[in-house]
Amino acid sequence: MSAVTATTINAAGMEFRELNDRIAQNAEKDLVLRDVLGQRFLAAGRKSGGLEIHGVPGNALGAYLNGAEITVRGNAQDATGDTMNAGRVIIHGSSGDATGYAMRGGEIYIKGRVGHRAGIHMKAYKTNIPHLVVGGGAGSFLGEYQAGGVILLLGLGCENEFPVGYYCGTGMHGGKIYIRTAHPPKGLPPHVRFRPADGEDSAVIRPLVKRWCALFGVPEDDIYTQPFQVLEPDTEGADVQHYTANR
Amino acid sequence: MIHDYIYPEFEVARDYDKCVVCRACERQCANEAHVYKEKYDKMTCINENCVNCHRCVTICPTHALKIVRSGDTYKRNANWQNWIINELVRQAGSGAALLSSMGTPEPYPVYWDKLLINASQVTNPSIDPLREPMEVRMRLGATPGTKPQRGADGRLKTQLPPSLNLSVPIMFSAMSYGSISYNAHSSLAQAAQQLGIYYNTGEGGLHRDFEQYGGNTIVQVASGRFGVHQGYLDMGAAIEIKMGQGAKPGIGGHLPGKKIVEDISRTRMIPEGTDAISPAPHHDIYSIEDLRQLVYSLKEATRYTKPVIVKIAAVHNIAAIASGIARSGADIIAIDGFRGGTGAAPTRIRNSVGIPIELALAAVDSRLREEGIRHRVGLVAGGSIRNSADVVKAIALGADAVYIATGALLALGCHLCRSCHSGKCNWGIATQRPDLVKRLNPEIGAQRLVNLVTAWEREIKEMMGGMGINAIEALRGNRAMLRGVGLNETELNILGVKHAGA
Ligand code: SF4
Ligand code: SF4
Ligand code: SF4
Repeated sequence: MSAVTATTINAAGMEFRELNDRIAQNAEKDLVLRDVLGQRFLAAGRKSGGLEIHGVPGNALGAYLNGAEITVRGNAQDATGDTMNAGRVIIHGSSGDATGYAMRGGEIYIKGRVGHRAGIHMKAYKTNIPHLVVGGGAGSFLGEYQAGGVILLLGLGCENEFPVGYYCGTGMHGGKIYIRTAHPPKGLPPHVRFRPADGEDSAVIRPLVKRWCALFGVPEDDIYTQPFQVLEPDTEGADVQHYTANR
Repeated sequence: MIHDYIYPEFEVARDYDKCVVCRACERQCANEAHVYKEKYDKMTCINENCVNCHRCVTICPTHALKIVRSGDTYKRNANWQNWIINELVRQAGSGAALLSSMGTPEPYPVYWDKLLINASQVTNPSIDPLREPMEVRMRLGATPGTKPQRGADGRLKTQLPPSLNLSVPIMFSAMSYGSISYNAHSSLAQAAQQLGIYYNTGEGGLHRDFEQYGGNTIVQVASGRFGVHQGYLDMGAAIEIKMGQGAKPGIGGHLPGKKIVEDISRTRMIPEGTDAISPAPHHDIYSIEDLRQLVYSLKEATRYTKPVIVKIAAVHNIAAIASGIARSGADIIAIDGFRGGTGAAPTRIRNSVGIPIELALAAVDSRLREEGIRHRVGLVAGGSIRNSADVVKAIALGADAVYIATGALLALGCHLCRSCHSGKCNWGIATQRPDLVKRLNPEIGAQRLVNLVTAWEREIKEMMGGMGINAIEALRGNRAMLRGVGLNETELNILGVKHAGA
């Protein structure tokens, strides 16, 4: 996004609805928002036009995002990219709980950490494959109910332990979680398998690492100091009959 | 060794004098209950396979068939009834939870049948709907309230919040593509458009063939978020957030991978053969404040052009829950009673969780009025509305409109065999098998739905006329038009009606 052609909106003291009206009125344009302070739902469903946010956007930033690119020069709050379909969200800080909830396409790159329930219920269909790349660690329930898509957790700064809280991948039945760590997870659910990344996995991991490093100015060599592991659903034994037909 | 043999619940009775061995019943029964014996050139049957869907009975050209309930097979026992023993045996054999479909068949009280409608005599003349205009249109949504609102310039604000506008206060409630067939969805969509009402996609996304009916479509957003994207939200006339379902409160949905065939996979936007799991909760909603966030994210994404419905199951404390939802920014609350249908639900949940819609509706309407916020939301009641009298009673108890689903399926041929979870619906409704789906002709299906709702509309007008009411709005929440029979003091209090004779 070129700062020269971008339109600037000063968001100080503006209610979310008014601010979103302004953003919607500039559907095609590149926008810079200044002094953002907790306004929710920014750029919900936005198709095109870049958006650079200075300050802290509120919950549900880029919900249902449909192709636009959002850059946050700071932290984001909860539910970033909720049910997003296409586009890109780049956060130069950390992001809160439920980041990437039910994402079904597009990419989210986060420099720092994510809260609980990140990437929960992500899904994929044909070429629509969502990617969530996180620089730091994650809270509990990462990838819970994951049905598709890719979560890559670099765990920078968490090298001494498994970089995810409790219940990682609970209910996972599709997709993959890649984690840069030397430690096995604690209390993994029985239907989730943990194994070292292989060549095929590297083909997915490497371009994402490259992209993340380029976005946040981190040398790639700093990333490959630790091995990558994979969490994926274990389909064997998944056919357990939980229900029996009744009248 | 223990043998688990459960004596068949039904027996296929064939009148061999009438049977011409055309083998139509054999072709029509997806449960393979009819078998042709070549050696004897004779039909025979496997009673165990029969679910009593009446397909063969209806189709047999000589009316040679009937299905009879087999006699109780265990010793008579008022406590350990036949079905209770059978369920227990099934579980002892399988170690699995029991799965059922459609609404609970258990004999819980049906309050509609204990409410009677008023009619005018002498003092307040009744109206003849054939000769005088009767208004049954209903605007469904939030209203600004009773106080006129003025802008900064002193002028009256006349812009109303977005709403649904019903030609008659009946809508088809959520049934996903996946739980029911393409042809069933097509029938509902066409009928909704012809009737000037709405049908509901359920949580399975919107098939692209049905986008043309968008103006009469409510698009649903459930915890699994299947098929939800900007285009889907833009397509619908309203967006419904599914928090709960009457038949299985507190339980999510699970469409097994084997039912995710190509077309359904495209609509839900998940790969073929993967399970479609809707978790019980929305994992971003733990409070009314969180619900408000989802409501407003949907409003923001659609720039406040369409109403947002929040659908909940009728459970304990429903009035307090509804009060919270009315403050969440939702435009419409849909309450689903525990007798409502389902494509599959754990038997124990279906039969034991939730409360009747009549009590829930009355409690919610009363509470919202007491708190002075009834105008903030439209109220929809569902969960076994069976006929036009139920509709009139629901509106008199405080609903703006009703949702029907089981009733709509019955119009499409469903015989309430409660076997939807088998995926072998002989009527082409709760199935994805192409040979079965094609048994339901969508044009005929739509026509039958139009017939049903038109007939109900006529009856509603007759009942309104009898009460001396010529606009359905005047019936809404008008509980003076109802009297209870055989109800105790507590029930009457909750329903807010007097006993008959009083
Ligand atoms: S459809 Fe009727 S007549 Fe034909 S084989 Fe079956 S029972 Fe006999
Ligand atoms: S399952 Fe239906 S079609 Fe088959 S025998 Fe029974 S009633 Fe007839
Ligand atoms: S939809 Fe089909 S399977 Fe379900 S109850 Fe009706 S007839 Fe039976």
